[in-house]
Amino acid sequence: MSEPALKKVSAKPDLLLSTHHSLCPGCGEPLALRVILELLAELGVAERTICVCGIGCYTAFPGIIDVDVLQALHGRAPSVATGAKRVLPDRFVFTLQGDGDMVSEGLQEIIHCAARGERFTAVLLNNGVFGETGGHMTTTSVLGQRTKTTMDEGRVAEKHGYPIKIADLVALVDGSSYVARGAMHTPAAIAWTKRILGEAFRVQLEGQGFSFVEILTMCPTDWYVEPSETPDWIEQNFTGTYPLKILKSP
Amino acid sequence: MTRVLMEGSHAIAEAAIQAGCRFYAGYPITPSTEILEYMSHRLPQVGGVCMNAESELEAINMVWGAAGCGVRAMIASTGQGISLMQESFAELANAEIPCVIVNMMRGQGDYYQATRGGGHGDYRHIVLAPHTVQEAVDLVMLAFHLADRWRNPALVLGDFVLGHTSEAVEFRQRDESDLLPKTWAATGKGTRKSHNVTPLGAPQKLDLKPGDHYQAIAAKLPRLAAAESRAETGLLDDAEVAVVAFGSPARFVKFAVHACRAQGMKVGWVRPISLWPFPAETVAAAAGRVRALAVFEQNAGQMIDDVRLAVLGKVPVVPIGGISHDPSGFGVGPALAPANIIAKITEVYRGKAAA
Amino acid sequence: MLRLGTMPRQPATVTIDIETCKGCVLCVEVCPPRVLLMSEDTNRMGYRYPLLLDGCTGCELCYKICPDYCFEVYRGPAEADA
Repeated sequence: MSEPALKKVSAKPDLLLSTHHSLCPGCGEPLALRVILELLAELGVAERTICVCGIGCYTAFPGIIDVDVLQALHGRAPSVATGAKRVLPDRFVFTLQGDGDMVSEGLQEIIHCAARGERFTAVLLNNGVFGETGGHMTTTSVLGQRTKTTMDEGRVAEKHGYPIKIADLVALVDGSSYVARGAMHTPAAIAWTKRILGEAFRVQLEGQGFSFVEILTMCPTDWYVEPSETPDWIEQNFTGTYPLKILKSP
Repeated sequence: MTRVLMEGSHAIAEAAIQAGCRFYAGYPITPSTEILEYMSHRLPQVGGVCMNAESELEAINMVWGAAGCGVRAMIASTGQGISLMQESFAELANAEIPCVIVNMMRGQGDYYQATRGGGHGDYRHIVLAPHTVQEAVDLVMLAFHLADRWRNPALVLGDFVLGHTSEAVEFRQRDESDLLPKTWAATGKGTRKSHNVTPLGAPQKLDLKPGDHYQAIAAKLPRLAAAESRAETGLLDDAEVAVVAFGSPARFVKFAVHACRAQGMKVGWVRPISLWPFPAETVAAAAGRVRALAVFEQNAGQMIDDVRLAVLGKVPVVPIGGISHDPSGFGVGPALAPANIIAKITEVYRGKAAA
Repeated sequence: MLRLGTMPRQPATVTIDIETCKGCVLCVEVCPPRVLLMSEDTNRMGYRYPLLLDGCTGCELCYKICPDYCFEVYRGPAEADA
């Protein structure tokens, strides 16, 4: 019997320049990055991609991805992407932002860009905390969630208000074309997210207006659980408030 | 060369377009609003983009995006709008993204904000202060050139008077052949290596070295300062007193100085044109010739600090300006009246004013 | 009746960059044939890392779930035993 030839079917994306990103064990953000880089290669747009990156743990990514990056300040990526896409409309422009960046600091920016129907794609990595500063409450932290600023009782509505479902708000605004939510905590969720990201990217490539994808990512460090417990954590605590679905499509 | 009669704000906007500005973002705020209005009408005519942004913070970051992609971009506002944008200015300097910022002041109270920078860190803007509409046209076009040459934001300090004064102006094209192409811009990698445009470190992938990057930016500033100092002086040869003033009030000061001369007083002027870098050598040289310097500015005393630093106690430095507004608060105040300025200069000349 | 010996066997394996692994165990949890097992030893960073047992099907789920891009997955063509 001859030895079968084994073909390499999976390896790190060509657009990834290094696997060393210093993010935590079990972090969901590099999983989202993998899916994005795979899609950029599959769609053949890497040469004309401008990634507008926000400030958070994922700010480690611009140094290790083989596409041009315009680094923005905290909350400001949608405005920077507006300037870029308006002056270079044939480039593929997407923002990469965390929930603290997009929904706390930058809430008005993303709503205004959606209303204007700006022709870039906004990608939200939502883990319900300000990870880079150590795990503090953001606008998307869910009720009951213990964070560095809600350690004693978790988030309670009377003191800390309610989370904002940004994808729902963006879908409500008339200028948005495609709005969807995915997650990275199970293989099925990852496959779903790759599908919706591909649809969102195609909306931009076909000139159909503003597209938005929210991706729930695991943060075992700031959820105070083991990485292996994060899929259950997402199912029990997050997907009730943030269900995986397509909220709007053209 | 044709001359066109234009209101100051419109002339500033047209100068930007003549300099190749193809992106403008702004927020309506008096007295800069006419620049936004003009751009919204004129920029699309030349294939540019004008954004009436929803806030100052969003506007400056749209400029960040356009300029970061290599397009000449501008924003205009007034003092409190400029205050809102300070984090972005500081980091635009760190990212070495060139852009032009116009502050149409209400009075002259934004000198510190412009020259010290209201943001964090060791950055500086190039600051240019025109005193006529023609000079505003020339300095806006120069600002785009210097911003690109040094990869640093450049700020043009105008005001309400300048914005609403109409003059016949010429748009004179500069020789910009010394500028390098913007290969650093984020445009999609194409066939070159990918790179970053970032305030956080060097543009290459993998080894960003933020500490080295910040030091390199700071090291650029003394070279910039040595090369871009600008000032104008007049009637200094035999002057016993010189008046230091910037911006459109300097125009009133020149008139007052001539009137003093007609009365037999030996008075001259020093007009800083670049406020950063401040023309300290010019002021120091004037201090070497006179027995007192009078500083006329429409604020509680800001440029006078830089004058005192340049003079280092050689001669008395006397403030003769002050906050002076019209009833609506926009800076066309009674202190500008030539009779007032003449009286103040006379006090200094006769040794009756306190330093 | 099931006749063993005619079922197609798809050879597959993975390589694991154990020095980049941060010991999150997500791969062990996600592996359908359960052929990954955490080591007792630690790598240079101090993390335990997965070891591969026999029976890998090349499903690529470990590759997809690993935040540190440690896996490369190899699959050969399926062939029946003689």
